[in-house]
Amino acid sequence: MTETSRHVTDGEDVAPTDDSQRAMVDETLRAEGDIGEARSLTQDAWRQLRRSPLFWVSAAMITVFVLMAVAPSLFTSLDPAKGDLSRSRETPNAAAWFGRDLQGYDIFARCIYGARASILVGVFATLGTSVVGSVTGMLAGYFGGLADTLISRIGDIFFAIPLLLGAIVFLSSFRGDDPGYFQVVFQVVLVLVVFGWPSIMRLMRSSVLQIKPNDYVSAARALGASPVRILRSHVFPNAVAPVIVVSTINLGVYIAVEATLSFLGIGLIPPTISWGVMVSDGLPLLRASPHVLLFPAVFLSLAVLAFIMFGDAVRDAFDPKSR
Amino acid sequence: MTTVTTDPSAKQYRPENGRLLDVEELHVEFHTQEGVARALNGVNIYLDQGETLAILGESGSGKSVTAQTVMGILDIPPAKITGGAIRYCGQDLLQMGEEQRREIRGPEISMIFQDALSALNPVFPVGWQIAEMFRVHRGLNKSDALDQAVHLMERVQIPGARDRVKAYPHQFSGGMRQRIMIAMAIALDPAVLIADEPTTALDVTVQAQIMGLLKELQEERQMGLILITHDLGVVADVADRISVMYAGRIVEKAAVHDIYANPAHPYTEGLLASIPRLDRKGQELYAIGGLPPNLTRMPPGCPFHPRCGRARDICSSDDPDLLEVVPGRLSACHFSEEVLNG
Repeated sequence: MTETSRHVTDGEDVAPTDDSQRAMVDETLRAEGDIGEARSLTQDAWRQLRRSPLFWVSAAMITVFVLMAVAPSLFTSLDPAKGDLSRSRETPNAAAWFGRDLQGYDIFARCIYGARASILVGVFATLGTSVVGSVTGMLAGYFGGLADTLISRIGDIFFAIPLLLGAIVFLSSFRGDDPGYFQVVFQVVLVLVVFGWPSIMRLMRSSVLQIKPNDYVSAARALGASPVRILRSHVFPNAVAPVIVVSTINLGVYIAVEATLSFLGIGLIPPTISWGVMVSDGLPLLRASPHVLLFPAVFLSLAVLAFIMFGDAVRDAFDPKSR
Repeated sequence: MTTVTTDPSAKQYRPENGRLLDVEELHVEFHTQEGVARALNGVNIYLDQGETLAILGESGSGKSVTAQTVMGILDIPPAKITGGAIRYCGQDLLQMGEEQRREIRGPEISMIFQDALSALNPVFPVGWQIAEMFRVHRGLNKSDALDQAVHLMERVQIPGARDRVKAYPHQFSGGMRQRIMIAMAIALDPAVLIADEPTTALDVTVQAQIMGLLKELQEERQMGLILITHDLGVVADVADRISVMYAGRIVEKAAVHDIYANPAHPYTEGLLASIPRLDRKGQELYAIGGLPPNLTRMPPGCPFHPRCGRARDICSSDDPDLLEVVPGRLSACHFSEEVLNG
């Protein structure tokens, strides 16, 4: 302060010009030292992830489950739909590793084939809620006013309906006589998206509300960017991290919810093979043949655990405060 | 060194007689829970090609609101423009649609913010952000836009520009960040550049460098520069004319040297007296007593009278108009001649 003021009173030239100024700048820079390698938030997160054992364990498990879903024949050569009633409720043995259920189906083969439905439902329900929740959340948070009120209140309505109740009503009233595999999966995904988007929307909305008052958003406006461009380039990349974290954790949750719905007989239904259906089938036999219920339950737990652990690792990587 | 310039004849807007910007009787209100805050009460400013206008005032005097209103980035609501006109090259910006205004922001009127760290997007490399200007407004492809960004970074004297285009804002020092912000603001060769306290967040030596750079760029491109500041030291060197703001109105207008030599409003007088001076070492620093008025509850009469040493009865009942004291000098005070003559 005194420096500039002295210049004022002396009427001196405050700004050193051209050469001397450039020299000064170079000097400042040299003093600043090497800036090091440029790293973005995602690169930072990746560096953090690579060091996390939680990440590697969960990633390995997820890889196995995804492989099961994509190519179940890699894991077993048995046909999951071939029932041999004479061997009903056989205990685990060399031929049938996990034993057989009431219908004489091979439980190991059905556990492997059951991964597909769970992964499909989990992945698409997560994608669906993330996309719908992010878009509505950004619109509500950025534009505010009427848009915010409308979107938030509609979200509240869906938030207020318990998931299971909503799903029972929805699935039992809209199910056709003989739905195909993908139709069944699609219906379950749809239910999860319809009742799951408000939580992501709220998260995105609050995240956008934090980002919006930043100068770089005003600066983008002042430099002539359109609202679409501001949302896409400036608001979204800065606001998306919490949504990524919560969505990853939700993936495990959606798999569990799918199993719950299937267990109750309103989610995936036979002939679709699903862990939830298997658990449901095994329940009456719990005392006589516990293995019928045990193995699919273990698979289900491991899959949910893998995704939740993965979500935890991602959260640690994206949230610098938790490091 | 290659500079990024376009053929001026390609521009849609041309100043009439060198007049770029004419703000007339601008009124802006904020609707708050405590009532209506009258942030701007009839502000008149103009700007010619190649000249620098400094808007001077303390926090809350309305300088930034003026800039944001001209830029069109005021949040409406809670703000509301209740009157006036902002003519850019003869056309009233307030009558234009949002599309048309957006075409003006950037290529015609551009802005530099106070804190360059928060004004740059933290998740993208700086080069990408400068290049975005060329991609959006000029439709250049990625590599050409990035080349232009490098040229601009060289122009604003960022050493090793080519190696640093991929660096993120947090990897730069304050001064370097402000240079990048300047590069973005002048990328499309605007006719008017508004600098909202461009050096407040910087230390004194860097302040001088940034002001020097702004002055150099302004002369090179014949831009009109509106410099918003509360720092009299920054103004003295760069500005041609000064408008002093108090409580949402302009209280004094004059050429820069006249004001420093001889203020015509008691508020300006107080501001000048509160500059720390080395030749008055040991003496207590002068400060204008009191606080700026609450904009929701303006005092009757002259808004400055509760803090004014020269206040008399008339000051608490009659609001003085901004009138010419001597040719070329305007002051909103009942006793401006008295102030001017010391």
